Amino acid sequence: MSGRGAVRDAVVLAALALWAVPFFWQALTSVKPDTALPAVERLLAAPPTLDHYRAVIQRSVMPAALANSLGVAALTTLGALGLGAPGAYALARLPVPGKRALLLSVVACTAFPQVTIVGPLFVLLRALDLRDTWAALVLADTSFALPLVLWLLAGFVREVPVAMEEAAQIDGASRLATLGRVVLPLMAPGIASAGLLVFLMSWNELLFAYTFTATEASRTVPVALALFPGVYEVPWGDIAAASMLASLPPILIVAGLQRWLVRGLTAGALRD
Amino acid sequence: MTARRLDDARVGRLLLAPALVALAVLAAWPGLWVLWLSLQRRIPVFGIERFVGPAHYAFLAADPRFWNALQVTLIFTFVSVALEFLLGLGVALALQGQRRGRRLAVALLLLPWALPSVVTGRMFEWLYHPSAGLLNVVLGGEAINWLGEPALALPALIVADVWRTMPFVALLCYARVLTIPSEIYEAARVDGAGALATVRDVTLPLLRRVLLIALLFRTLDALRAFDLMFVLTGGGPANTTETLTVYAYRSLFQTLQLGFGAAIGVVVGALVMFVAWGYLRAMAHEEEAAA
Repeated sequence: MSGRGAVRDAVVLAALALWAVPFFWQALTSVKPDTALPAVERLLAAPPTLDHYRAVIQRSVMPAALANSLGVAALTTLGALGLGAPGAYALARLPVPGKRALLLSVVACTAFPQVTIVGPLFVLLRALDLRDTWAALVLADTSFALPLVLWLLAGFVREVPVAMEEAAQIDGASRLATLGRVVLPLMAPGIASAGLLVFLMSWNELLFAYTFTATEASRTVPVALALFPGVYEVPWGDIAAASMLASLPPILIVAGLQRWLVRGLTAGALRD
Repeated sequence: MTARRLDDARVGRLLLAPALVALAVLAAWPGLWVLWLSLQRRIPVFGIERFVGPAHYAFLAADPRFWNALQVTLIFTFVSVALEFLLGLGVALALQGQRRGRRLAVALLLLPWALPSVVTGRMFEWLYHPSAGLLNVVLGGEAINWLGEPALALPALIVADVWRTMPFVALLCYARVLTIPSEIYEAARVDGAGALATVRDVTLPLLRRVLLIALLFRTLDALRAFDLMFVLTGGGPANTTETLTVYAYRSLFQTLQLGFGAAIGVVVGALVMFVAWGYLRAMAHEEEAAA
């Protein structure tokens, strides 16, 4: 029985690994020389090389794009958490007029298509003279990051036992002090989960980034990868290497912070 | 006590105000202004800016390209979500009995979901390459132009989308499956229920809610899908992969008709809101039935 169970476990893992083959194939392509790429059997046989990574790092816009993406995603995460965490606490615990309507409109905001608001945002950001800056992308990304943070964190606040807050208040702590000293520390894992989701969404975002950027000054990784130049033919090896660099933060998060990511991902759906 | 409540109300407004101001400026205002924009002819490069009323909507009603885009959007959404649903559920059920390598399994699932969709697009572009792509080689040396053939481009896009998002459905279902107490399965076994009957009568009913939520998220995302089309086909060949979102985007920023593009954007927004409303009603119904 245990032997059969082990075989079954292995089969499931193998099937999932097979599902991930497109990624592994791109990883393999990124370390194979250009001459080996036109035929699969040559690609498999060729010795590995770091030429593509060297080319991408030395002669493409990817390094600048990586810096832009890191900056925009980090600032979006900080901004959305900074605005969202206090708001989520108010929505979950304090008497706010029209709370139901507010929660509903927050949910509606998460569902709103980017393409619907991209036109007005474009006009707005142009009027503010913010085109081709990090600020434009941080503001635009906040439009979908903030509703998500409010929604997720309001749920996490509700998980904090009210008794703990009451105890602090009986000891004479004000609402704000309770929030800072009791609730926020207890919510730390939830904040980390929401932050990871926002970071990934901002890192992966294409539509706003493509619309509001024009040069290396603000082009993010997805834009740089979508526009990756090829002079006479498509540089598949370089594109594969650039793809791997673009995937690095998501891979690190999946490998190292899996628990928090899954928690954030499933929190909204499993809560009653 | 009342003083405390008053105080709480003030603190509540204070804490919520910054977030609400940000949302008002960055989401609510553009969401309302787009309605106004859609009633204007606005082509900045020619300095055109005038009120035309519902003319854009009237045009769309008779625009074959619009109806084609709507059809592509609905086919893409329906087929993608159906496949993700079936495969994701299957994966979750397969993982239910997993003893070893759970962390690895979840990591393998999270990977496609967490990658930027532009990376997914580039990966599949390479897999679909007519002469050097892995897919044609695996199929025995075919030379199929997956993304260039009008009949194949949309299915090829759907495959890439399912690859990327099936794990989302699988992970949500798997997380729910893990919370089912084992006593329920013990009871089913004592009652002599077979494996299939157990899945049908025990697991699936308990998964209904999470499946509905996963479906809601996935349907809304599929209706708004943009990145894969943008990278892989740009809406081509012959507009066979042009969804409403791609049509709206092309009108906004390629032909620079801000008003007309806004009108298509409004249609996408209305479609998404309508579908979300339908799902939420179904979920409320579900909860009433359960209560």
